[in-house]
Amino acid sequence: MNKPTLAPVAVLLVVLAVVPAFAANTTINFLVSALIVTLAAQGWNLLGGFCGPFSFGHAAFFGTGAYVTAVLQSRYGVNAWAGFAAGIAAGAVVGGAIGWLSFRAGLRGSYFALITLAFAEVFRIVANAVPLTGGATGLLLKLDVRPANFQFASRAAFAWIALGCVVAVLALSIAIARSRLGAQFAAVRENEDAARALGIDVLATKLRAICLSGAVTAAAGGLYAQYFLYLDANIAYGSWISVEALLAVIVGGIGTPAGPLFGALALHALGEATKLFAGAITGIDLVLFGLILVGAIAFAPAGIAGSLHSLSARWRR
Amino acid sequence: MRFPSISRRAALRGAAATSLLAAPSILRAQPASVKLGILQPVTGALAQDGELGRLGAQLAIEAINAAGGIKSLGGAKIEMVFADARSNPEAATQEVERLQAEGVAAIVGGFASPICLAASQAAARYNLPYIVDVGVADSIVDRGLANTFRFAPGFGMFTSVAISNLAKLNEAAGKPIKTVVLVHEDGLFGAGLAKLMNTELPKIGLQVLETISHPTPARDMANVALRIRALNPDLVIPSSYYNEFVLLARTMQQQRIRPKGIYAVLNGAASNYRFVKEFPEAAANVMDCNHWYHPTNPLALAVKKQVEAAGKVMAYNVPLNYSCVGLAADAIEHAASVDRAKIITALGASTFAGHIMPYNATKFVGGQNQGAAPVNLQVQGSDIKVIFPAGFADAKPVFPVPA
Amino acid sequence: MYTPSIIAEAVVNGLLTGAVYALVALGLTLVYGVLHIINFAHGALLTCAMFAVWALSDGLGLNVYLTIPPLAVLFLCLGYGLQRWVIGPASHGDDGNTLLVTLGLSIAIENGLLAAFHADTRTLSGDAAFDVVELGPMLLSRPRLIGFGVAVLVAVLLWALLAGTDAGKAIRAVAKEKMGASLAGIDVRHIYALTFGLGCACLAVAAGLLMPTFYVNPRVGNAFVLVAFTIVVLGGMGSVPGALLGGLLIGVVESLGGLFLGESLGQAGIFVLFILVLLLRPAGLFGARA
Repeated sequence: MNKPTLAPVAVLLVVLAVVPAFAANTTINFLVSALIVTLAAQGWNLLGGFCGPFSFGHAAFFGTGAYVTAVLQSRYGVNAWAGFAAGIAAGAVVGGAIGWLSFRAGLRGSYFALITLAFAEVFRIVANAVPLTGGATGLLLKLDVRPANFQFASRAAFAWIALGCVVAVLALSIAIARSRLGAQFAAVRENEDAARALGIDVLATKLRAICLSGAVTAAAGGLYAQYFLYLDANIAYGSWISVEALLAVIVGGIGTPAGPLFGALALHALGEATKLFAGAITGIDLVLFGLILVGAIAFAPAGIAGSLHSLSARWRR
Repeated sequence: MRFPSISRRAALRGAAATSLLAAPSILRAQPASVKLGILQPVTGALAQDGELGRLGAQLAIEAINAAGGIKSLGGAKIEMVFADARSNPEAATQEVERLQAEGVAAIVGGFASPICLAASQAAARYNLPYIVDVGVADSIVDRGLANTFRFAPGFGMFTSVAISNLAKLNEAAGKPIKTVVLVHEDGLFGAGLAKLMNTELPKIGLQVLETISHPTPARDMANVALRIRALNPDLVIPSSYYNEFVLLARTMQQQRIRPKGIYAVLNGAASNYRFVKEFPEAAANVMDCNHWYHPTNPLALAVKKQVEAAGKVMAYNVPLNYSCVGLAADAIEHAASVDRAKIITALGASTFAGHIMPYNATKFVGGQNQGAAPVNLQVQGSDIKVIFPAGFADAKPVFPVPA
Repeated sequence: MYTPSIIAEAVVNGLLTGAVYALVALGLTLVYGVLHIINFAHGALLTCAMFAVWALSDGLGLNVYLTIPPLAVLFLCLGYGLQRWVIGPASHGDDGNTLLVTLGLSIAIENGLLAAFHADTRTLSGDAAFDVVELGPMLLSRPRLIGFGVAVLVAVLLWALLAGTDAGKAIRAVAKEKMGASLAGIDVRHIYALTFGLGCACLAVAAGLLMPTFYVNPRVGNAFVLVAFTIVVLGGMGSVPGALLGGLLIGVVESLGGLFLGESLGQAGIFVLFILVLLLRPAGLFGARA
């Protein structure tokens, strides 16, 4: 990530930090949803963008983070912040387990994508059945507005926390991209055999990536649980979040640290904008959404970050 | 291709209605209209139910406005602010925020329990009155949220009424039923119901041979039917959503499985006119314990006519939402204000009688209407009749079903 | 606790259902095998075909099986056009982009159907669905038997087409070695589109076979897609006989799993099987080891 793309990111972050102080709750609500998806997408990007393996099942991490955060509080009386931390750790563990099983079996490409999808589905079916997660009834966190309880009277406070998480992961992503680990990720992404020949432990590198990725996406799940205070198997482990995380990254610019942020904001803004055009007929807004998505990829295949990059490069030339 | 043209027409009519409603607020002479949030899932998996709920709410608002609006507010008209819950609790929460921003006096709707749970909690942050239309999970009213009211019966009420009515039915017919198979969807309502049934049915002398769960959507019911055939129970108790029940009933008919009765609880299909019309043979004599409109109330029958004229069916969502909107308007009338605290107080003290449900006097305790009760229905001929309780019934039960 | 005849019937039911699953999976595996993309729009296209069958059959009163040939041709053209002029150009040959384009298409198609037909569930009217064939103690649904026969026939035809015709040879060449095929004078874009079209034609046939006993609403396709993915993996990605055998196997597993474990857990069973196959034999049960 070089200077020309860093500037718009910085401007965007400042705007995002200022907006909650003045905006209406609906705007903040929009922002929080977009930021949660951003965080999930940042997790996806750490694995898929930086290290290579495409996942269709990041819901497995999102849901684990959400459920661990929620179950620890509601069933075992653990403090919400501690529950959130435990959720992030659990995401890393699940990431490690799925990664260990599938990378060791040598799964790549579509095979890896499909196995993550299957894991998320199994989790969803199990979470829908066992009593611990509340089964199909779902899990409701008690409305108890206290900062010590990770619940805030003002929506802005939550937006700032979500933004804080996003900024932290953004900084982490930039640091990784510039580090030795980042170089190893890139080597594995470009060519596993070559990386191995260079003496990189490919399995260990991929495991690091998926643990990090799982932890970050689990954080998004924990935030979701704390913000909406309601979870069920289809929210936590449903394919919607797997799709949104991957969509945001690819729209924003895969493998770029700021791509998930651009992508999530753009997709959510597009979703809201098409709602305005929808009129009386249900479904039309999503038709527009789908078509614009196809159009956007047709004309800006490198994603928003990529397009910004090439645009600024052309401009300076 | 009958449906699309009708629904387009309905949509146009809806648009015309909202523009008519919006018009008075521009005129200075009229009192400001009262905004009422209607939250229904009209996209996603529950869209079919959401559309019916919206229709019920819309008809009620039209009727209230035609009758002079809210009189204690100088005849203020009710303006519908519609919100699409998109069949998921997250979208519902966001829409509650939007409704809050638009300044609605109260919210009616939700349909599915998860949506109701999440939306009423989101509304509670603003002390915004929330009236649940259908959501049967008892946790909706058990949480002690002051803003949340449920006009219809909840889960616990449903099972106890369903089971005691079944006992009475069996008793009156000379106890033809001894064995039961439960078929349920594995989501919130089916699984919970099956659990309760498993503990309660033995107490009334019925043996549960097996409990068969299935996912939603299910692609195939052949195996469920096979198992029922192998077990050969006297009674089958299904609790599934519309599509799955239709598949099951059709498969059972095809496999020539004819138990002495099919007794559905809270079933999306067994009390649906469309099912009766499209598959009269599979639907014949199916019993259901469910929400239903008051079969002899003239207003209910008038609403039914309107619904059918719009090419829709009078499923329970319509009268429930019609009644819930009436309840909200009645509370605003009594509060003589759009102040939220006052509306909540008025709801808590409500004795609303202008509804079209077969309920006793409205009385809220802890947010739950104690006057509410499900009724037992049976498909008889090409019609759906109320067979229980006797006070509301318009037909006698056909039980056991003649082989 | 179940008599042998019940178990036998469950197996037969599983085979009948599995054949139609196989047909849905056939389209997916073909597109995967040749284009190496995972087509997210597959479910939405199936829904689209099912609505087409419903409209022709219920609206115009055509016999449901007579709708299959024209719809298969229509969907062949539709699929060809989609790949040639939409998916291909829009995705610039990049896998990630293809994923997004097909995802965008599926969102647009699904909601377009929602806008046009509303969320109501429709079934074909008429009593044909209830016809049964008595086979000893078994009562087999006639539409399902027809579905089985046609599905197997289509799979065999497709296999023969790939094995015996020039177009089939070109498709196989492109699947094996895109660059080489292109150098040998094969128009790769044409072959890609043709393959996608064939995949869609399979869906049209599957739709015609499903409708007599099933329902359609704008989201119905999703119920089949995950199963189709499982079958594709089980049979070995890109393998036509694999998809057929995989479909039949999944049908039987689902049927027996449902009988003995309950329908809900039976579903989890499918995914566990899927994970195990991926971990232990990623080339599929019937595929050659990669």
